[in-house]
Parts: sequence; C-alpha cells; structure tokens
Amino acid sequence: MSDSLPMAGANVQVNAAGLSKADYRGAPSTLCVGCGHNSIANQIVSVCYEMNIVPENILKFSGIGCSSKSPTYFLNRTFGFNGLHGRMPSVATGALFGDRSMRGLGVSGDGDSASIGMGQFKHVMRRNVNMVYIVENNGVYGLTKGQFSATADKGLELKKQGTNMYLPVDICMEALASRATFIARLFAGNAKQVKEVLKAAMAHRGIAVIDIISPCVTFNNQENTYYSYDFGKANEEMMHEVSFQQADPSFHQGSEGSSISYIPPKPEIMLEADMIEGEIREVKLHDGSSIQLKNLEKGYNPTNRMEAMRVLEEAQENNWLLTGIIYIDPSKPALTELSNLVDTPLNRLTEKDLRPAPETMAKINSLMF
Amino acid sequence: MTERIVNDFSITVGTVNGSGSSTANTTILRALFKMGIPVSGKNLFPSNIQGLPTWYTIRVSKDGYLARRDEREIVIAINPNSFAKDLDSVAPGGAFFYADDIKLAVTRTDIAVYPMPIKSLVKSNPEITANLRDLVSNMVYVGVLAQMIGMDMTKIEQALDFHFKHKAKPIALNMSMVKAGAEWAAANLEKKDPFYVESMNKTDGMIMADGNMAGALGSIYGGVQFVGWYPITPATSLAESINDYLPTLRKTVDGKETYAVVQSEDELAAIGMAIGAGWAGLRAMTSTSGPGLSLMTEFYGLAYYTEVPVVVWDVQRMGPSTGLPTRTSQGDLGFAAHMGHGDTNHIILMPGSVNECFEFGWRAFDVAERMQAPVLVMSDLDFGMNQWMTEPFKYPDVPMDRGKVLWEVDLEKIKGDWGRYVDKDGDGIPYRTIPGNRHPNSAYFTRGTGHDEMARYSEDTQTWVRVLDRIKRKYETAKKYLPGPVTHKQDGAKIGVISFGSTDPAILEAQQMLAGKGLKVDYMRLRSLPSQDEVFEFIGSHERVYIVEMNRDGHLREILMVEKPELATKMSSIAYNDGLPLTAKFVANAILKLEEK
Ligand SMILES: Cc1ncc(C[n+]2csc(CCOP(=O)(O)OP(=O)(O)O)c2C)c(N)n1
Ligand code: SF4
Ligand SMILES: [Mg+2]
Repeated sequence: MSDSLPMAGANVQVNAAGLSKADYRGAPSTLCVGCGHNSIANQIVSVCYEMNIVPENILKFSGIGCSSKSPTYFLNRTFGFNGLHGRMPSVATGALFGDRSMRGLGVSGDGDSASIGMGQFKHVMRRNVNMVYIVENNGVYGLTKGQFSATADKGLELKKQGTNMYLPVDICMEALASRATFIARLFAGNAKQVKEVLKAAMAHRGIAVIDIISPCVTFNNQENTYYSYDFGKANEEMMHEVSFQQADPSFHQGSEGSSISYIPPKPEIMLEADMIEGEIREVKLHDGSSIQLKNLEKGYNPTNRMEAMRVLEEAQENNWLLTGIIYIDPSKPALTELSNLVDTPLNRLTEKDLRPAPETMAKINSLMF
Repeated sequence: MTERIVNDFSITVGTVNGSGSSTANTTILRALFKMGIPVSGKNLFPSNIQGLPTWYTIRVSKDGYLARRDEREIVIAINPNSFAKDLDSVAPGGAFFYADDIKLAVTRTDIAVYPMPIKSLVKSNPEITANLRDLVSNMVYVGVLAQMIGMDMTKIEQALDFHFKHKAKPIALNMSMVKAGAEWAAANLEKKDPFYVESMNKTDGMIMADGNMAGALGSIYGGVQFVGWYPITPATSLAESINDYLPTLRKTVDGKETYAVVQSEDELAAIGMAIGAGWAGLRAMTSTSGPGLSLMTEFYGLAYYTEVPVVVWDVQRMGPSTGLPTRTSQGDLGFAAHMGHGDTNHIILMPGSVNECFEFGWRAFDVAERMQAPVLVMSDLDFGMNQWMTEPFKYPDVPMDRGKVLWEVDLEKIKGDWGRYVDKDGDGIPYRTIPGNRHPNSAYFTRGTGHDEMARYSEDTQTWVRVLDRIKRKYETAKKYLPGPVTHKQDGAKIGVISFGSTDPAILEAQQMLAGKGLKVDYMRLRSLPSQDEVFEFIGSHERVYIVEMNRDGHLREILMVEKPELATKMSSIAYNDGLPLTAKFVANAILKLEEK
C-alpha cells in the first residue's frame, strides 16, 4: 500500500532479517485499554521480530469478535483475512494452498471457536493445517457486549445474563480430541511464557492451538465493582463528548452494540515475577475475582496424549488454570505436505501449467461416447 | 397394420430403483445414438438408493428434438408395483412389454402387448450363476426391444463395450442375455405395433455426456486449482468427476500436483476454503445444490464485498433439506441473484446445453478473476445427471484472463503506490495483490468490516456508499465480459419468448409447434446475469414476451421487471415446476392459452 514504509535507518536496531521492530507493528488498537487481547498482539510483534520472520511469509487470519480484530494490530506488512464469525479455519485452509511456504497465524475468540465455529475448529485440527491458532479466551462475547460464551464457567454471573447454567467447553481438550499436533494453554498476563510458547508454536509445522486466557476487562466482571460496565454506563454521556474530540483508544470502537460506551482504562493484569515449573500462583483479576495459575511440572512429557488428557482433567478438578505446552507431535505432516504439490507455489503457476494441452481435447471427446 | 412410425416416439422403462436397470437403459440410449438417431434419455427417479419405482424415458427424434415428452408410445414394465400405472400410461396404439412373472391382468386391447420370459431366460443360461442373475436380467428387455423395433446389435455391443470399459467378460455376459432376448422375441413374438428405428446420420460428430462431467472438464480446462466440496445430489458427480480427471489431464513431468481437492465438513467450509484459495490467487471453486447454497450465502456476500474471485456451481434440485432431491428445478434463481447479507447482486452464468456446461466451466474462472467477484454457474439436475447428445467440447478459444493482478515486478514499477480498492481505470475493477507476493508494499487486510479504497477499516458512511457504488459500477463493466443471449428468430414474429438453462430444447420445439399453428415467436435464451442491453431491446421490440422458467414464481421475470420497470407490462410469466423437465407441448399450450386472452 502507499503508506510509506518505516525505514530502517542507521540508528534503528534491526534483526537478522534486516527489519526493525516497527516493521512488525500494526495499526493502533481500538480495543479497550487493559484488554488481554492487546498484550497478546504485542507479544506477537516481539516474537516475529525476535524470530527474524519476514512479515510477507506469514498470512494472518481471524473470525469475528474483539479478539478477531487484533490481526490489524500487528504485522502491517502481512496479508490478512478477517473473515466470518466462526469460519476462520476454512478460509485459512484454502488460502494456505496458495503458497505453501507461508505459515498461517490466526486469532479467534472463545465465541468464535467454541460456539459458532466449533465444527470448523475441530476440522482444522484433524487436517493439521499449517497455522498457529490462537484462541483469546475470555469466557464472554466481548464484541456483542457481554453474553456468556461456551467457555464461561458454570455459575458465572453477568450483568444482563444472570447466572450461567451450563458446563464450559475446554478448548485444549477439544483440540486434543481432534488430534491437534500442538496444544498449549497460557495466561495473557504471563508475557514471558506467552512469548516462549508463541515462538515454539511459530516454529511448529502444522496446527498449533494456543488457548490464551485473556480477561475481558469490560464485560466479564461483577456489577458492583469500580471497573464495571455499570460505571461506564453511568458516565456514558460525559464521556461521549470526549470521544468525539480525541479519538481516545480507550473507546471501544466498532462494537456490535447500539452506542459507544466509555470503558474506564484499566491496567493490563501482568505477573510481577516469572513463574517456575510446577508453581501454583493466585492472580487477582479486575473484578476482584482471582484465578489459580499452575505451571506444568518439570519433567512433564508433552508428547503423550494420555498424559495430556490426565493433566487437563486434573486441572479441571482442582480449578487450576494450567499453563504451558500440553501436547506436541512434530512428526505429522501439515495438510499442504500431505498432498504431493509441485515445488512452485500454486499461485505462481500460469496457463501453461494449468490448462491441459489442445491435443487432449480430442481424446477427451472420444472418451465421452 | 398401420403405417410404420420410424425414429419418432418415446420409450419408458418402469423398474425398481437400484435394480441395475440403468446399465440396460443407457445401453438402449447409446445404441440408438450410435445408430445416428437423435436421442435424449432422462431418469425420473425417487431419491432412495433401492426399492422405489423409477422410470427412464428415452425420446427418439428424427427431427433432433431433445426435450422430454409426456406421451409414451412404448412402455417396458419390469416393476410389479408400478405395473398398473405403467399399463395405463401407454399411448393408444402403443406397445407394452412386460416381465411375464408379473401375474397381473393386462386389460387393454388398444395396444400391442408383449410378455417377456425374463426370469426363465436368465435361469436357462448355464453361464449365469445365481448371484449374477439379477444383474443381467435387465439385458433381456434390451434384446426383446432391439428385435422388435429393429435396433442394430453391433451398436448395442459398442454401448456395452463403452459401459464396461472394454472388459471382455461382463460385455460377453450381458451381450449373451441381449441376444437371448432378441432370439426369443424373433421366434415367439409377432410385431403388432408400428414403431421402428432405422439408422440415420444425424448424430455424426456429436458426443454423449452429462452436464456435471462437462462442467468438471470445463473447470479443468479453465485451470481449476482448488475445489472445496460437500456431497449433495445432484451436484456430487461434478466434484467427483474433477477428481477423476485431474490426475490424467494435469499430469506434471515429476508426477506432482498443481491442484488440491478437499472434501470439507459442510458447505460453509467448502465455500470458505474456496474463498480462501481464491483470495490467495488460485482458481477456486465449489459445487452444490439449493440446500448447500443456502448455507453458503453468508460467505457469498463476504466474497462480494471483499471482492474475492470464486466460482460456485449450483446444480439445482427442489426444496429444502431433502426436498425432492432427484427432481430438476430452476427455483434457486430468485434467491441466488441477491444472496448474502443484503445490497448484493451477483454474476450468474446459465449454461443452456451440456456443451455450454463445459464452456462455462472454464469461462467462469476468467469472469471471476477479471471481475474479482464470486460467479455462480446455474445448472440443474436435468443437465447434471442425464446423458445428452451434444456438440463435442471445444478447446477454449481465448487465453486465460487472470484479471488485474500486481506481482512484485508490477509493484516495483509503480513504486508500491497502489490501493486495493482504488478504481484506477474507471471501470470499477480495482487491482489486487496476491498473498505470497513478497514486495513490502504488497500486503493489505481483507475484511468484511467497512473499508476504504486503501482497505483500511472505516465506518465513515460516505466511504461505505462510495465503495458500494463502485462495486455496482464494476457489475456494469461485467456485462461486457459475460456471454450474451442467443436468439432464434422467426420472420415477422410479434411476440417473444425468453428463457434460460435446460428449458432450451422444449422451447425450441415449442417454437416449431407454434409456427405449425400459425403463431410465430422469437426466442431469446439468456446465458448470464446481469443482463445486457440486447435483452431489453428484445423485450422492447416485441408486443409481448413470455418468460418461461421452471419455478413457481417466475424469478427471471421478476429480475428483468425490476431492472426495467418501464417494460414490465410486456413481460408475462410462464413459470411451472413439478420436478420434471419441461415439455414442448406444455410450453406451446401455455403460450396459446395466454395468447387467446
Ligand atoms: C454470523 C454472525 N453471528 C453473530 C455475529 C455477532 N457477533 C460478533 S462477535 C460475536 C461474539 C464474539 O465472541 P468471541 O469470539 O468470544 O470474541 P471476543 O469479542 O470475546 O473477543 C458475535 C456473536 C456475527 N458478527 N456474525
Ligand atoms: S469488550 Fe472485552 S474483549 Fe472486547 S476489547 Fe473490551 S476488554 Fe477486550
Ligand atoms: Mg470471547
């Protein structure tokens, strides 16, 4: 596009690909300040920079939701397709046949993947499509303003929804059941671990599913807290005026609601110190609730499906948010490797490769009776 | 005996679905075709795999009329359950052949009646083991019929040779039963009906094929690279034929593949994959029927607004869910013309013969890539699943049109100065880059959210209006790239007929019937939408125009009326769909009736 490129000048630090960090950035985020999704976008920028990935060698994908908006907030120099709600997998599956040297990087939400898109979510796993598949999991529908998602805990109370009556879907278990070849669970606030695991996921061939717990500071909260939806509502009018004067990124733009409501800025929840293997740590969320993070034990063998199933069950029983790489099988070919494709990218083939020779026409007609 | 009637009658076979009769019926069809007699064959079958009554009708027409006829001069009854109905359906003076193990009374005296000892003939052949009996028993009626109407045995053998792919054993086995039937008939039956076939040369240079096979081959000659599909009658054999022919037609020296075919988990995924592939620069397609098309609509709208080339084949049938899945229809048109989220209109190609199924197979990709738009090819069950005699497929006469694509060298030349949705040429068609392009200015973000000319997120109302108006302009430009209508004129005709798709043979025949009754009509067959000016000139230049289509509500007429309301009063609808291909008689009568008013 015609926006001038950020030039890597003499005093700008560049990586081994000759690119500066700016080459990996995206447009400014329009998500709420403090949204877990933002920190994930930032980690993607860092990871790609540090891994010397050429942005043109990646394809970005997403479905629909706040989470699915984030591919605009990283890798401006990368082609992206923000498709339909729940249908990211199919678009990615087709697109990655265009040039199989490219790696897909998809961002979806818990609504996008575990509700409307559950079917495609599971089939993209069994096909081992060559992409990183991030689910930014906040237990709610952020973009439509706070309905329960399929990953919401039973008993969760939300302002307009009442109490959630149903048991949650476990993204990692679904991925495991569908034979994903890389499965991890992370907490968006653990930047170091997010980065490490993202690097491993980028390096994997085939599908890498990462379920990242990414708190929605706006809707997954309780009625009576300071950082509540109600507070924003009560202050809506005054704040609207502000929004027109200064396009404050803390205004939640493009939501599927009737009006733009003010969301009080909140700091992203970040861990203060690194976690060590096997550690269990309690983390306070914006609404005053807390989650228990548990790092996988030292010596855990992530290549064993039975073990993976066991630790996921155990975590569920103990109400732990288990983080780390839960399962990995680097031996399975990705979808595009399963087919015996020509070396030239399919999308560089021309008429002479694609249209059968004129001589074949008579033969075909003779086959028709 | 009355005068001989040669090469001008219809044969209907009433059998049980799944009983293996289709080999026998297509053998009759193909043998007649090889005798040089114009024929058409249609399966009128229920949607189960086995058990229900099914009919196959063959029309023999020295004049080359290929439409279905209701009249049944010759009926062959093999199914006890439809015996009474079949007997009833024989035209007066016709012939009725039936399996003599059906112990039902033949009550008619106005027709010739021929019992056939199918079971005992099969049993008396020592080479046919018990397990093969059912498979070959249908060949007995082929033989009896052949003997009684004068079919050429060598042509029957050719048909079997083709059917069994030159495998000597099944050919010999089946042929032995044909001969047994023929010999028995020669010795035991006395000809009491007037129907005969005689060799002609009217099928010289023609081929026999079905529309799905033709569409599949056309797609391959169009360079298809990605197919995402989900099984549904009557579209299934289209994707399956692509799969069958790709390996041989697109062989590379090292045996590697230049394409991918994925059977997806549903139609949402089928079109999603195809759109992903189309976006990534591949010639991508999917094929389905009404229920599947309904599922594809959200994606179809997305492809419209994000301007992604993709080809979708709709081989139409009737109804929702299972509906009448083995009946033909043109009932999807009204919905398909605008399917999506709203404020969408679509490019539709409408093949009117099996040959055009082939042609539009390759052309559709050129149009889709040129227009950067989804293109719908509307076929139907009658084309898709029946064998038709047709002109041989013609190799594409124009090079592939890959449309406005910028690769690295192109971006280099313009110093990376481009915008995905900028209308640089004033024809409404922007330039696109393809993922995999490594130029640092090549990337853009594709989204269903509001976007501006630079593909940036925008909720600005005027930007939305501007982009949508530009797309509308693009669809004006499209008319120039679409196949225009085909017109059959009659000197001095004041009224016209407009139609599309598989109604063509019925209308061509009706045109002759009406001329015989002194009513001249001009006939225009549309081959695409949106319509070119020619179509409205045709309507404008006639006193009245009848728009004939196989649906209840007259979708094509609605579309044309909305397009040119000032001509609306000239357009009359003849819309009817009972799942069977239209007959010329129906069309002619409908026009005569409306003309009387
Ligand atoms: C077909 C369709 N149905 C419904 C919607 C409305 N919608 C938009 S986003 C969304 C839920 C998103 O939830 P999630 O994936 O969890 O993303 P989050 O906003 O929480 O990050 C819904 C229901 C839509 N855009 N398209
Ligand atoms: S509504 Fe929730 S999920 Fe959406 S941007 Fe705001 S914090 Fe994030
Ligand atoms: Mg969510």
